[in-house]
Amino acid sequence: MRKLSLSFLCIICISVFAFSQAHQDDHGHDDHAEQTGHTDDHGHGNECGYVEADVFNPQKVAFHHISDQNIYSIGPFSFPLPCILKSDTGLDMFSSGKFKADYHGTGEYAYNDYVLFEGSVRRIVKADEFPDGLVELGKYKLYVREIEMDNGKKKDIVHLCYKGEEWLCDSKSYADAGFLGGGTTSFYDFSITKNVMTMILVFLFLGWALIGTANAYKKREGMAPKGMQGFMESIFVFIQDEVAKPFLGPKWEKYISLLMALFFFILGLNLFGQIPFLGGSNVTGNISFTLIIAVIAFLVTNISGNKHYWEHVAWMPGIPAPLKIFIITPVEIMGLFIKPLTLMLRLFGNIAAGHMVIIIFVGLIFIFGQNGANPVAGWGTAVGSTILTLFMMAIELLVAFIQAFVFTILTASYIGTAIEDHHHEEAH
Amino acid sequence: MTGTLAAVGAGLAVIGAGIGIGNIGAKAMEAIARQPEAVGDIRANMILMAALVEGAALIAIILAFFG
Repeated sequence: MRKLSLSFLCIICISVFAFSQAHQDDHGHDDHAEQTGHTDDHGHGNECGYVEADVFNPQKVAFHHISDQNIYSIGPFSFPLPCILKSDTGLDMFSSGKFKADYHGTGEYAYNDYVLFEGSVRRIVKADEFPDGLVELGKYKLYVREIEMDNGKKKDIVHLCYKGEEWLCDSKSYADAGFLGGGTTSFYDFSITKNVMTMILVFLFLGWALIGTANAYKKREGMAPKGMQGFMESIFVFIQDEVAKPFLGPKWEKYISLLMALFFFILGLNLFGQIPFLGGSNVTGNISFTLIIAVIAFLVTNISGNKHYWEHVAWMPGIPAPLKIFIITPVEIMGLFIKPLTLMLRLFGNIAAGHMVIIIFVGLIFIFGQNGANPVAGWGTAVGSTILTLFMMAIELLVAFIQAFVFTILTASYIGTAIEDHHHEEAH
Repeated sequence: MTGTLAAVGAGLAVIGAGIGIGNIGAKAMEAIARQPEAVGDIRANMILMAALVEGAALIAIILAFFG
């Protein structure tokens, strides 16, 4: 009973913290509005006639939180990251601290025609006419406006208001070359972003943990495993005995390093993203990252595929020829690409959805509290939504392990079918 | 309006995945009850099959939101 009341107290404390944060946020908005002087009671704006509605938009907040950024923000603090940007005017390398990002990650300065909007670097389209070097913009000069495109569709385009003039900004630079709807841009972004930074941190941690474990076997030969070694050994033996040996058969040793690397890297990134108040990096929930690891799995599978594997793809034995030409072979060739596609989408979908659900549950406080206008409902929802968030986080901890395991086991099974020796006792 | 229809499509995909994963879980429970000594193998295969069903549903959901 005492434990129960203690945990209830904890939940109340966290809710109070969350709600006071929300309240602080609100006061912050009021202060900004007074400074700019261009606003009425409903929001803030600038001299280009743009007024931001001060209404909480959960969809925008959720997508902002799962996206990659050029600054690393932990709570109210934002840490600059190196920007490496390439455009037709040349290569620019500088720290994103030059943009002087505000609470929302929007920069108050422009540098060499680049601006920072909600954490990501964008370039001014008419870069020739805009002054080079460090240019002071001020608050609320960058904003989104809906523009009708040539094909009649509406698209959100970022605008910059500088000295009373409107300047169009380019989209974010995506690694997928605009394939997923980002569109092509006038610059390439090779920056060390938040996701890249997280990958480096997790890589260093895993290097330390795994090399330490390997050294422990040399130092403590013949003795029982201890500490980190014991923890790592149980996971390692689990993957070796439950995944590698049953799926890969006698040649399992050749692929074990790939499977271990995939498992530990995905697990490390999943768990790092789960740590609350540490930026919530969403690397495994980023489709570019999962695309690359799915491509690695695809290449390893098909390069190590033997004669039997390709025979079953191209000309399945024991089936009438017309059936093979019209159904089996096209389906098998599609299957080659659908396998890595599902690997990519499964990991992306699970982790991105997990991050979004947590943000939406926190967002419920602001929706029901009506941005501080209705504090009683806000307080009430804060308690409920904190319980829901804690529950969701427990589920996500499980999902982090399951998705790393599933990615590894499916990669192993795809490689296993590609290297399997077939014995044709009977026709298929 | 397209947004609403996409949400309906995503919901339908989730119904399909729910039925599929529910069946997998139910059959796995039955199998474990009949043969408790095979619980390790059954659990690993259950997770694998659930992941495959989920993959199909996730393709549908992501196509619904991006398409």
